[in-house]
Amino acid sequence: MKIAGSILFCFLNLNLLFAQPTRIEVCNNCETSRLIAALQMASRYDTIILKPGIYREYNIVIDKPITLLGEGEAVIDGENKGEVLKVVSDSVHLEGFKIINVGTSYTTDYAAIRIEKSRYFKIRNVRLEKLFFGIYLEKAADGEVIGNTIIGDAVEEFNSGNGIQLWYCKNVKVIDNRVEQVRDGIYLEFSDNIEIENNISSHNVRYGLHFMFSNNDSYRGNTFEDNGAGVAVMFSKHINMSGNTFKKNWGAASFGLLLKEINDAQIIGNTFEENTIGINIEGSNRIQYRNNEFISNGWALKVRGACYTNTFTDNNFLYNSFDISYNSKINDNIFEQNYWSNYSGYDLDRDGIGDVPYRPVKLFSYIVNRTPETIVLLRSLFMDIIDFSEKVSPVFTPDNLLDAKPRMKRLL
Amino acid sequence: MLKILKYSFFDLVRSRWSYVYLLFYLALGFTLLFLNNDLSKAVITLMNIIIVLVPLIGTIFGVMYYYNSREFTELLIAQPIKRSSIFLGQYLGVAGSLALSLILGLGIPFIFYGLFKSAAIWDFVLLLYTGAFLTFIFTALSLNIAIYNENRIKGFGYAILMWLFFAVLYDGIFLLSLIIFEDYPLDTFSLTATLLNPIDLSRTLILLKLDISALLGYTGAVFKSFFGTLLGFGISIMMLVVWTLIPVFTYLRKARKKDF
Repeated sequence: MKIAGSILFCFLNLNLLFAQPTRIEVCNNCETSRLIAALQMASRYDTIILKPGIYREYNIVIDKPITLLGEGEAVIDGENKGEVLKVVSDSVHLEGFKIINVGTSYTTDYAAIRIEKSRYFKIRNVRLEKLFFGIYLEKAADGEVIGNTIIGDAVEEFNSGNGIQLWYCKNVKVIDNRVEQVRDGIYLEFSDNIEIENNISSHNVRYGLHFMFSNNDSYRGNTFEDNGAGVAVMFSKHINMSGNTFKKNWGAASFGLLLKEINDAQIIGNTFEENTIGINIEGSNRIQYRNNEFISNGWALKVRGACYTNTFTDNNFLYNSFDISYNSKINDNIFEQNYWSNYSGYDLDRDGIGDVPYRPVKLFSYIVNRTPETIVLLRSLFMDIIDFSEKVSPVFTPDNLLDAKPRMKRLL
Repeated sequence: MLKILKYSFFDLVRSRWSYVYLLFYLALGFTLLFLNNDLSKAVITLMNIIIVLVPLIGTIFGVMYYYNSREFTELLIAQPIKRSSIFLGQYLGVAGSLALSLILGLGIPFIFYGLFKSAAIWDFVLLLYTGAFLTFIFTALSLNIAIYNENRIKGFGYAILMWLFFAVLYDGIFLLSLIIFEDYPLDTFSLTATLLNPIDLSRTLILLKLDISALLGYTGAVFKSFFGTLLGFGISIMMLVVWTLIPVFTYLRKARKKDF
């Protein structure tokens, strides 16, 4: 009897081990019509299918490893009452549904999807609309956020949230997402080893992408367009920024990219087009700028001070109103082998490098730095004349700030 | 008056200089658009040229025409025609033919390159509009100088000086005063200073239309809130009209009293 009992016990155990994950369907005339009920019924590693329909639920907590799949137009409507989905378990996979109407609060950061202290999560092809915070990753690690669409209706900073927020996260991939009309498109704070690739972040109220105290991260191939102030990278180390496009950030206090206290970063192969300021650099050291394109910006680079040993090589500066604005007379940065569309020198030995050095800082940009009101004289004949005389014999602009080897042809 | 206007207008339209002027603008327009198909960028480049060249050419043409047609003017004065209609007719003839050359010379290439389908059409219209006004203003100013100076060399000298003042020196003084008084709020000052120089006024009007205003930062915001509103736009157009009427008025007054 005892043996039979133990055999039975083993069998049951085996049965448990090889049990197929069950599929639980949620719809209006299924066994359960509510997601919360389905989550209670489900056991670990089950799959819950949300059939097309609207589910008016909020404060949904997922506390076991589960796959939640949406089918067709499956919509979870938070009815503006609070947080919608909160994940507190590892290995949760969310895919293919839509969440609308997340509650707005001035004291709590309600999110459409919050991942809390969890690992190995996947969020794919989820669509979020009418939200406060979108995807909020809190002390989460080793996860993926791929192919989601977040479209907010933010108008002002104080009563809106961020699209994708990472707070104390590690090893997360944020890829192919589209974020529009929220406060900060993607926001990172104290998050390391994050990869942000091929996202489109546009029309946001504040920044397209915002880094704070986050190290060893990289963002590649993203597009940031028409955001309130552009992209801000602050107080971070070892950030790799390559192949991104910063476009049309026009406005009195707008820039394509803001660098503040950034050390040892690489900025390679990016395009800065039609921004008031292409890159605004403050207190940033040992940064490599290579193969970037600066096209039709107000200022391509605005160097505010305390920036040392940066190198700018092989960049294209095309049709900017000012190439560089510089506010000190000391220069420790290297400009070499860039193409400047304003360069008017010659190349007698035909080696593709101009024989006369190029001075990217104009006297006018120096004057504007001192007295901002003087910008009303932009494009006047008088300014052209004094710029020319300064070019011939520099007095006010740092005389060692020059590109000794300007290229004759644009780098392709 | 209309007869005189017609006479000097057609006299000038047939003259070699008008053709040269027209051809210059045609060539300029076509090369610009040939090198750069983007209409709105071409508008910016043209602006740089227009605010410098149009006043210069208006000035030189005005002085030249006055001195050249002096004998004919004396003949006309001997006829029973009102003096004001003689001189006003001549003025409108010169300025009108110059403005026509400008508008045709730049208009034709731009229409050729699809102006009517472009979003830049209003910027371009504004450009031609200010260009035409600058022609009228600087022709009137130079005729004033010519009628006050019998000596041709002196007249030419003063006319060129006048152009130099408005195109270059004024901005220099403007800049210096901005820097010297940088501790004070300068918004009203820079607005007034802009309104008081037709070249600066035209430049600012066009620049603000060209989406570059964000570049101007806070000052730009002040300017935008002035020129951007209908009232501000109206005031700046009014200023251009005033800039035309005052020299025309002094010119006619002097012409009425002058002993030929």
